Amino acid sequence: MRYVDEYRNETETRSFVRAIERRVTRPWTLMEICGGQTHTFIKSGIDRMLPPEITLVHGPGCPVCVTPLEQIDRAIAIAQRPEVILTSFGDMLRVPGSDTDLLSVKAKGGDVRMVYSPLDAVTLAQKHPDREVVFFAVGFETTAPANAMSVWQASRLGLDNFSVLVSHVRVPPAMEALLSAPDNRVQGFLAAGHVCAVMGYEEYEPLAAKHRVPIVVTGFEPLDLVQGVYMAVDALEDGRTGVENQYSRSVTREGNRRAQDIIAEVFEICDRAWRGIGVIPESGYRLRAPYRRFDAESRFQVSRVTARESAVCIAGEILRGVRKPHECSAFGTLCTPDHPVGAPMVSGEGACAAYWHYKREA
Amino acid sequence: MCLGIPGQVTRIREGGSGLTMGTVDFAGVTKEVCLACLPETKIGDWVIVHVGFAISRVDEAEAREVFRTLKEMGEIGELDGPGPGDPGGRAGP
Amino acid sequence: MSGLRAADLAGAACPIPIQDYPHVLLAHGGGGRLTHMLIEKMFAATFANPALAPLHDGARLDVDGARLAVTTDSFVVSPRFFPGGNIGSLAVHGTVNDLAMCGARPIALTAAFVLEEGLAMEELWRIVRSMQAAAADVPVPVVTGDTKVVDRGKGDGMYINTTGIGVVRAGLEIAPGAARPGDVVIVNGPIAQHGIAIMSVREGLEFGTKVESDSAALTGLVAALLDAAGSSVRVLRDPTRGGVSSALNEIAQASRAGIRLEETKIPIREDVRGACEILGFDPLYVANEGKVLAIVAAKEAERALAAMRADPLGREAAIIGEVVEDHPGRVVLKSRVGGLRVVDMLSGEQLPRIC
Repeated sequence: MRYVDEYRNETETRSFVRAIERRVTRPWTLMEICGGQTHTFIKSGIDRMLPPEITLVHGPGCPVCVTPLEQIDRAIAIAQRPEVILTSFGDMLRVPGSDTDLLSVKAKGGDVRMVYSPLDAVTLAQKHPDREVVFFAVGFETTAPANAMSVWQASRLGLDNFSVLVSHVRVPPAMEALLSAPDNRVQGFLAAGHVCAVMGYEEYEPLAAKHRVPIVVTGFEPLDLVQGVYMAVDALEDGRTGVENQYSRSVTREGNRRAQDIIAEVFEICDRAWRGIGVIPESGYRLRAPYRRFDAESRFQVSRVTARESAVCIAGEILRGVRKPHECSAFGTLCTPDHPVGAPMVSGEGACAAYWHYKREA
Repeated sequence: MCLGIPGQVTRIREGGSGLTMGTVDFAGVTKEVCLACLPETKIGDWVIVHVGFAISRVDEAEAREVFRTLKEMGEIGELDGPGPGDPGGRAGP
Repeated sequence: MSGLRAADLAGAACPIPIQDYPHVLLAHGGGGRLTHMLIEKMFAATFANPALAPLHDGARLDVDGARLAVTTDSFVVSPRFFPGGNIGSLAVHGTVNDLAMCGARPIALTAAFVLEEGLAMEELWRIVRSMQAAAADVPVPVVTGDTKVVDRGKGDGMYINTTGIGVVRAGLEIAPGAARPGDVVIVNGPIAQHGIAIMSVREGLEFGTKVESDSAALTGLVAALLDAAGSSVRVLRDPTRGGVSSALNEIAQASRAGIRLEETKIPIREDVRGACEILGFDPLYVANEGKVLAIVAAKEAERALAAMRADPLGREAAIIGEVVEDHPGRVVLKSRVGGLRVVDMLSGEQLPRIC
C-alpha cells in the first residue's frame, strides 16, 4: 500500500533507532498524544526497541477514553427510547457508563447501530422519517469537520428527525493542562498528526514557548514514530524548544482552512469534562446557536444525568501519564478487556487495553 | 483519534445531496468519501481519509523527505552508532 | 455416562457470573474470550463427558471398532448472500471442514432449517441449490434434516444447522494439545478474506471490493496433506470466527507451548489488507472459511508444504511461524519492523475504530 508500506520498513526503522541511541546522553520522558500512535508503538514492538533512556508515556489521545461518563450515560438513556436509532462509531459501543454500555443496551433490544461515517447517520435519518436518529458525535479535532458536515447537511436537507450528542474535545487545552500540572514529568511531545492535518500547528507554538518544550508533529507509521522520537530527542539534547513537523507529507502549519471553516460554522468552543481528568476550560466544542436544534441533549432532555465513576479506577492518572496501567490495583483482576471498569481498558488504544493486549509477557 | 488512511481519488461527482463525493481506492478496495473539506481535489490525488472524509492531501515531495533525511544522516555517520544486536550495543528483544 | 445429573442441576448456580453478564451478548458468539468462557464454564462443564472434553472442532466416537467424528454448526450469517457464497454453501463447507480438522472423511450431512415466516421462497430455493452444489462437490450426501417456521420478526430470515458425520483416518493422532516446540505452523493461503467479504456488504460499512469469501471445502487439501505427512501432522484447525489469532491461542494453551509468528510471512491479499486498514481491523482476528492451520513436525514441513501447494486450495501455502518453548500458552508476533508483541485472544467482537 502506497504511503503506508514505505513507512513500515524494518531497515529504515532500525536506522532511526540507532540514530536515537547515538544521540541520547541522558534520560528523557516523552509523551505521544494520540491513541493511534500508542497503537503503532506497541503493535509494532517499537516501544521495546527504543533505548532505555527514553521513557514513553501514553497520553490522553483517545477520544473514546476521555468521553465523560455523563455523555455515555446520556447516550445510553437516549438509546433506550423506542423511537430512537442511536448511531455511533464502533469503538464507542463498548465503553462502560455508570451501569452499562451501548452494546448491552443493544443486547436488551435498543436500536443501536454502528456507522463508519457521520454522513451514514444522516442517510439513516432520511430513510427512516418515522424514527429519531441520534449520532454520538465524539472525537478530537480530526473528526470535528466530519461531525460538523453531518449537522450542516441535516440542516440543508431540512431533517427534523436527526440530532447529535456532542462530546468533542480539543488537544491544545489538554496539553496546557498536562504541562501545567505540578506532577508533570513529560519533557517532549509527539503531537497528533491527523489533528494537526486539520488544525495545523500554529496553536502549539505558544504552548511550546510558554512551557519550554519541544513538540514534534508526528505521523502514525513506525518510521514516522521513530523519526518523531529522534527529532524530539535531538531537540532535547540541544536544548531546543518549539514545534517541528515530522509529518510534513500530510500536515502544514496552517492546516486545512476549509475544514476549520466547516468546524467554525457549526461548532463553538466550550468547557468540557474529560473522563478521569475533570473539566478543562475551553477544551470542547458545542453546537452554535443556529444549529442548536440538532442538539440531542436538549431534544431528549437528558441533561440532568448523574454519573458514578468507579472508586478503584485511576484512569485520570493513567491518561495524564502519571501512573502506568500495571500500577492500578484493578488491572488484570477486576478490570480486563472482558469486563472493563474504566475507559482506558475498553478502547483498543487506551493505555490499559494496549498494555493488556500487547505487553503482557509470558 | 485518528485512523486516517491514504488512498487515491479515482472519481469525483456531485452527490445527490449537494456534497462533493469521491471514490477513493485503497489497494483495490474503494470507498465513497466526502470531499467537502478538500474542494480542490483532483482525480489522481492521494488523500488521507478519516471516517469517510478526506481531511488532507498527501504531498508527494514531502513524503520522500524522511528517506532523504535518512540518507543524509547515513552519509554523515549519524547512523553508525551501536545498534540492537551489535557488539557493545543493546541486546535486541 | 458422565455429566451433571438432574439432581445436581436442580439448584445449581449459573456458572457464568450473572453480575457481569446478566444477558447474552454478541461477543459470546464472537469466537474469542467470552465464547470460550460460555463453552467451558456452562456447556462443557454441564454436559461433561470424555468425548466432549477435548473441545475440538468435532468429537471422536469409537463405535464397535469404527472411529467416527461428529460435528455440528449453526449458521446465522447476515447478510445471507455475500461475495463468494451464501449461508447455504457456507453451512456445507463449514461442517465438512470441521470434519476435516478431525482428520475425518465426510460420509453424511444433516440440514435443519429454521425459517422466518415471510422469507422469499425464491431465496430459499437459491440457498438450497447452493447447498446441494457444495455437497455434491465434496462429495457428501445430505441424508436427513428438519424444518421449522417461526413467526415473522422472530427469525432473522433463516438459520441453518448442519451436523456432519465422518470416518477418521486410521493411525492419526491429531489433537489441539499435540503441538511441540520445533513444529512449524503452516497456513494454506491468504487470510482474512471471508470476514472482509462479509463486512463489504454490511449496512453502514459498504465498500467496493472484489474480495470474495474464501469459503471452500478443504477435504481434498487435508487428505493430500495427511497422505504426504500424516504421522507428522500434530494439529489441524480452521481459523473461522476469531481468526488465526483465536485458533493459535487455543492451540498454544491446549499444548502448553508458545507460538511465534512472523508478520512478513503471513500471506494476505493487498485489497484485503486495504480493507482492514480502513476499518482499523487486525487481519489476525478476521474470520476465514477456506483456510486450515496445520502444525507439522519440522522434518516433514517441506513435504507438507509441497502436498498443499499441489492442491488448488493450497497454492499459496506458507510457513508462518513455529512452536517454541518460550512463553507457553501465548502467541507472539515479530512485526514487519522487527519488534515483538503478544497476539492476545480477541475479547468481544472486533469493532471498526476511529482512533
